[in-house]
Amino acid sequence: MITTQDIQHLASLARIELGEAEAQHLTTEIDSILGYVGQIKATGTENVPHVPALHNVMRDDIPTNTAGQYTEALLDNAPSREGDYLKVKKILGNSDDII
Amino acid sequence: MIDLKKLTIKSAHEHLINKDFSVHELVQEYLNVIKEKNSDINAYLEVYDDVMAQADVAQKIIDSGKAGMLCGIPIALKDNILVTGKKATSASKILEGYVAPYDATVVSKLKTENLVFLGRTNMDEFAMGGSTENSAFGVTKNPIDTSRVAGGSSGGSAAAVSMDGALGALGSDTGGSVREPAAFCGVVGLKPTYGGVSRHGLMAMGSSLDVIGPITKTVTDSEIMYNAIAGLDSFDSTTYPSTLYPHTKKEKLVLGVPYHILDQEGINQSVRDNFTESIKKLEELGYEIRDIRLPNIGYSLAVYYILMPAEVSSNLARFDGVKYGLHLEGDNLLQDYLKTRAKGFGPEVRRRILIGTYVLSTGYYDAYYNKANILREMISEEFNKAFKEVDCIVMPTTPMPSFKIGEKAHDPLSMYLADVFTVPANIVGIPAISIPSGVTSVGGVDLPLGIQLMSSHDREDTLFEISKKFLGEK
Repeated sequence: MITTQDIQHLASLARIELGEAEAQHLTTEIDSILGYVGQIKATGTENVPHVPALHNVMRDDIPTNTAGQYTEALLDNAPSREGDYLKVKKILGNSDDII
Repeated sequence: MIDLKKLTIKSAHEHLINKDFSVHELVQEYLNVIKEKNSDINAYLEVYDDVMAQADVAQKIIDSGKAGMLCGIPIALKDNILVTGKKATSASKILEGYVAPYDATVVSKLKTENLVFLGRTNMDEFAMGGSTENSAFGVTKNPIDTSRVAGGSSGGSAAAVSMDGALGALGSDTGGSVREPAAFCGVVGLKPTYGGVSRHGLMAMGSSLDVIGPITKTVTDSEIMYNAIAGLDSFDSTTYPSTLYPHTKKEKLVLGVPYHILDQEGINQSVRDNFTESIKKLEELGYEIRDIRLPNIGYSLAVYYILMPAEVSSNLARFDGVKYGLHLEGDNLLQDYLKTRAKGFGPEVRRRILIGTYVLSTGYYDAYYNKANILREMISEEFNKAFKEVDCIVMPTTPMPSFKIGEKAHDPLSMYLADVFTVPANIVGIPAISIPSGVTSVGGVDLPLGIQLMSSHDREDTLFEISKKFLGEK
């Protein structure tokens, strides 16, 4: 059984602010969804090793565009910029800002 | 007047070559339909302002005698596919005002064919949903019955084709988002093999599942569009060379039907009846039908709703109010993130991010995410085994016809169950096509139903062959 506190904790990890009413609503919904997907826990896969059938796809590290080709188009989308930099608030200084 | 109802990509191409009408005239007809119907249907979020300029370029190519099959053909793009200089928002408020800095590979491929992009279509926010009700810009109504959903997440693309507002459209399919709306709107939807079509320039949802596919009126058109967008791309390392999967041509195709999946609850009787009729029709066309068993296929939906949210939670971490789109001011950077993501994402997106965060967190990772991956491989193995015996697997596309707007909006789990027949193909990575298989009369309206054909990796050719026969296309 997932609790409203669990939901608030997940939301803070996922960087989403949740109101109390929404957290309660989500608790009921997510609990029922986890109940459904939790059916897989009963399957006997204990002795099956998880070996992903994946392989690396490598290519040479050669630029595919010219310097500055996309700079303006990319930075134009930024809510806040300073020159060719994205502008954000300072992240160092207040240790209680970090959760 | 051009009869848009009967027009297909193939026939429009012939008319354009024969100068029966110009690209300008053709495009104008589509713009007229959009103007007349879109305020009600809401298939398009935006009609591009340079449509006629694109038409003029295409006409010059036709006049020069060098036109390919898609030259001058008006199509629509799902709002999560990038076109340089055009807005793309994935129907989300968090990408308000975002302008694409580059072309998706599918777009640059289609641009070389000189087709005409009419505009971008509505969808469930970030492709999460099966009804387009999760769009931040309102639901897309089903053109066949406007009290019902067009399906989703590529609901705008399917509705655009169904209402004669485009000759074809591109959608994306992570768990059925091309096939389900195609079935609901009575058109053809193809989910190609995983890696068959480049996702460069497609906004990522579940990266081990996502694929771009065409929505068209006919199978022939689906094949034309698929051939134009498929292929190896150095910008997407999951694309594969044509030599990866060996092809052997068989004289007589065998179709497998996993009848046991119809035993479960929640399948509409009209779907069962139509499916039985469709199998009979395939048998009459000369195909051998074999009853097959896929023992773990019943876990597909649960596996999907673990893996997909896990991938969603990491893919959508990039939307932080710093790089693009919406930005809300807080007291510090962390508050900026919290507020921007709370306001920018809709309820379903937030729900899936939280589920994904949960299944990936310490203590639950093995029970959910790892276990789902093991089951995914077991299901894939069962499909691979089945394809040693049969060339194609047939199932219904959806367990029910299109439902009423609002009917499932407050019960996310019942909405998820609509994906029960479509998610296996994404989990396994095989191609699947939904084709119209008839109608069921509900409240005096004939609602379309679809059947779904699946084949082994890179065997879209098998799907096209059988589907054309089923629909009587030459």
